[in-house]
Amino acid sequence: MAEITREEIIKPENLVYKKTDLLVDRALSYCPGCGHGTVHRMLMEVIEEMDIQSQTIGIAPVGCSVLAYEFLDIDMQQAAHGRAPALATAIKRLMPEKYVFTYQGDGDLAAIGTAETIHACNRGENIVIIFINNGIYGMTGGQMAPTTLPGMKASTCPYGRDTQIMGNPLKITELVATLPGTCYVTRHSVHTPANVRKTKRAIRKAFELSYANKGVSFVEVVSNCNSGWKMTPVQSNKWMEENMFPYYPLGDIKVPTV
Amino acid sequence: MKELRLMKGNEAIAEAAIRAGADGYFGYPITPQSEILEYLMVQKPYETTGMVVLQAESEVAAINMVYGGASCGKKCWTSSSSPGISLKQEGISYMAGAELPALIVNVVRGGPGLGTIQPSQSDYFQATKGGGHGDYRLLVLAPASVQEMADFVPLAFELAFKYRNPAMILTDGVIGQMMEKVELQEFVPRWTQEEINKISPWATTGKTRDRERNIITSLDLDSNKQERHVLSLERKYKAMEDNEVRFEKIQCDDAEYLLVAFGSSARICQKAVDLARAKGIKVGLLRPITLFPFPKIPLYKLAHQVKGMLTVEMNLGQMVEDVRLAVNGKVKVEHFGRYGGIIPNPEEVVNILETKIIGA
Ligand SMILES: Cc1ncc(C[n+]2csc(CCOP(=O)(O)OP(=O)(O)O)c2C)c(N)n1
Ligand code: SF4
Ligand SMILES: [Mg+2]
Repeated sequence: MAEITREEIIKPENLVYKKTDLLVDRALSYCPGCGHGTVHRMLMEVIEEMDIQSQTIGIAPVGCSVLAYEFLDIDMQQAAHGRAPALATAIKRLMPEKYVFTYQGDGDLAAIGTAETIHACNRGENIVIIFINNGIYGMTGGQMAPTTLPGMKASTCPYGRDTQIMGNPLKITELVATLPGTCYVTRHSVHTPANVRKTKRAIRKAFELSYANKGVSFVEVVSNCNSGWKMTPVQSNKWMEENMFPYYPLGDIKVPTV
Repeated sequence: MKELRLMKGNEAIAEAAIRAGADGYFGYPITPQSEILEYLMVQKPYETTGMVVLQAESEVAAINMVYGGASCGKKCWTSSSSPGISLKQEGISYMAGAELPALIVNVVRGGPGLGTIQPSQSDYFQATKGGGHGDYRLLVLAPASVQEMADFVPLAFELAFKYRNPAMILTDGVIGQMMEKVELQEFVPRWTQEEINKISPWATTGKTRDRERNIITSLDLDSNKQERHVLSLERKYKAMEDNEVRFEKIQCDDAEYLLVAFGSSARICQKAVDLARAKGIKVGLLRPITLFPFPKIPLYKLAHQVKGMLTVEMNLGQMVEDVRLAVNGKVKVEHFGRYGGIIPNPEEVVNILETKIIGA
C-alpha cells in the first residue's frame, strides 16, 4: 500500500466529523465514559447550528458539571447548589431576547433545588432546563441522590437504598410535567449513537420552544456515573439500560399542543 | 423634577429604586418590610420604566434571582427582614465572591429566631462582618430618616457598581414604618444595553465574536489563584475604607462625652444630646452612616478629645466592639441597649451616660 502522509489525511475534503468550535479546546474534567461530556457536545452543536452563541446564557450548577463554563464557549454563570432556575428566571425576564438554559444534576435539581425547580416550572419561565440524572451525587464521591433506585448502593446507603428508611426515588420529571408552566418534558439518554441523536433533537426543540415563549422546556438525560457506580463505562451503560430505564422510561412525557 | 411627598420609609426605598433606574426587584414578604413589594406591585414599574418585579418562592430564590440579574450587569435588588436575610446569606456570599453589584435592604426585626416583628439593630454583626461564609465585606449604609432611605438607594447602587460588590441598606422597622416628608430625585433612565456593555464589560450578555466569553463564578479550585482572589478582594475592602467612610458629627466641637449610634438609635441620641446639654453636660453624637467601612479615624480622633463614649444600640452590644477597636483603649467605651423591639428613650440614655460614663 502506498504511503499516506499525515498532511494528506487531514485535508479538509477528508473531514467526516469535527468537534464544534463552541466546545473549548481543553480536556474535560469528567471521568472517561461519563455521559456529561456527550451532553455538552450535543448542547454546543445545537447552539452552533442555531447560530445563537451571542444570544445564549448558560448556568452551571454545583455538581460534576460545576466547571461546565470551562468547556462551553458561551457566556456562563455558576450558580449556588440548586439555585440555577432562580438565576435563569431573572436573566430571561431581564433579557427576554436571550436563550437561557440551566444544566443540573439530580442532587442539584431534585433535592436541594426542588423549590426553585418546581416554581420556575410552575411560573412558566421561558427557559431550558437540562437535567442530568445519574442517580447519584457524582461530584462529592457517590452519595445517595433523590433519584437513587431502590436497592441501589451508594456511599450513604452502602447496603442499598432501603425505601422504608430512606424514602423513594423522586420522579421529578413526571412531577414537573403536571405543571401548567412546562411545555415540553422529555427523557433521553446518550449511551448509544441513536440515543445521542434523539437527545440532540430534543435539546434543539427545547431551545426553539423557549424562544417562542411557551414556558419551560425540560430535557432529562438519564446518564451513567461509572465512577460513582463503581463500574466500567460499558458495564455502567448496561446497568443503566437494565435498571434505570425501567424506573425512568425514555421518551416524551409532555409535548406542546399546537 | 424633584418631588416632595409624605411617605413611609419602606415606600420611599421602593420609589427611589424605580427612580434610580433599577432593572429588577426580587423579594419575598416578611414584616416589617412587605410594603416594599406591595408598593412596587401597586406602582407597576414594569409598565413604565420597565423594571421587573417578581415575588419569589423564598428569600433563597430571591437572592439568587438577584445574582442572575446582577451577572448580566443589571441593577438588581432585594429586600427582607432578619430571618429572610439569614436565608439569603449563601447567595450574598456567592455574590461577594463573584464580585457582583447589587442592593440588599434589611429592615431589621428583633431576634434570634422568629423573635419579634418589632424593630431592632441586632443584625449589625451579620451585616458588617460578612454574614455568610468566607472572607468578605458588604458596603453597609445605615439611614436615619425616610429621606436617607430614599437617598441611599442610588448611592448604594453607585457604590456597588464602583466596587463590584453587594451593598446593603441596614435599617429597622422604626424607619421602615414611619412617615416623613421626603424629596424624591428625578427619574434616571435604566441603562441601555450599550451603557451596560461599557459600565460592566464583564457581564454575561451573550458572547460576541469580538470578545472572550464572560464567566461569573466564585469558584477557583487552584489554591494559589483563590488566594490571589481573596487578596484582591481585600484590596477592594481597603479602598472602601480609604474612600467611602461616611458619618455625621453632631455637637462634637466642644464635647466632653460622646454618644455613638446609627440609624433610629441616632435619632434618639440626638434628643438625648439636647437633654444632656440642657443639664450642662457637654455631649456630642457621632453617627456612622457607613457601618462598613466604619468611621474608625474620626472616632480615634475624638478619643483624644472626650472623656468617655457610650454606644446606644438596639442590641446586646455589637457596634460597641468596633468603637472599642477604633479608639484602641484610649478612652472608656460603654454600651447601652434595649432589646426585643423596645426603643430606648432619650431620658434613659442621659441617665446611663451619667451613671456609666460620667459618674463612673
Ligand atoms: C449548599 C451546598 N451543600 C452541599 C454541597 C456539596 N455538594 C457539591 S455537589 C453535590 C451533589 C451533586 O450531585 P448532582 O447534582 O447529582 O450532580 P453530579 O455530580 O452527580 O453530576 C453536593 C451535595 C455544596 N456545594 N453546597
Ligand atoms: S463522578 Fe460520575 S458524574 Fe462525575 S464525572 Fe465521574 S462519572 Fe461523571
Ligand atoms: Mg447526580
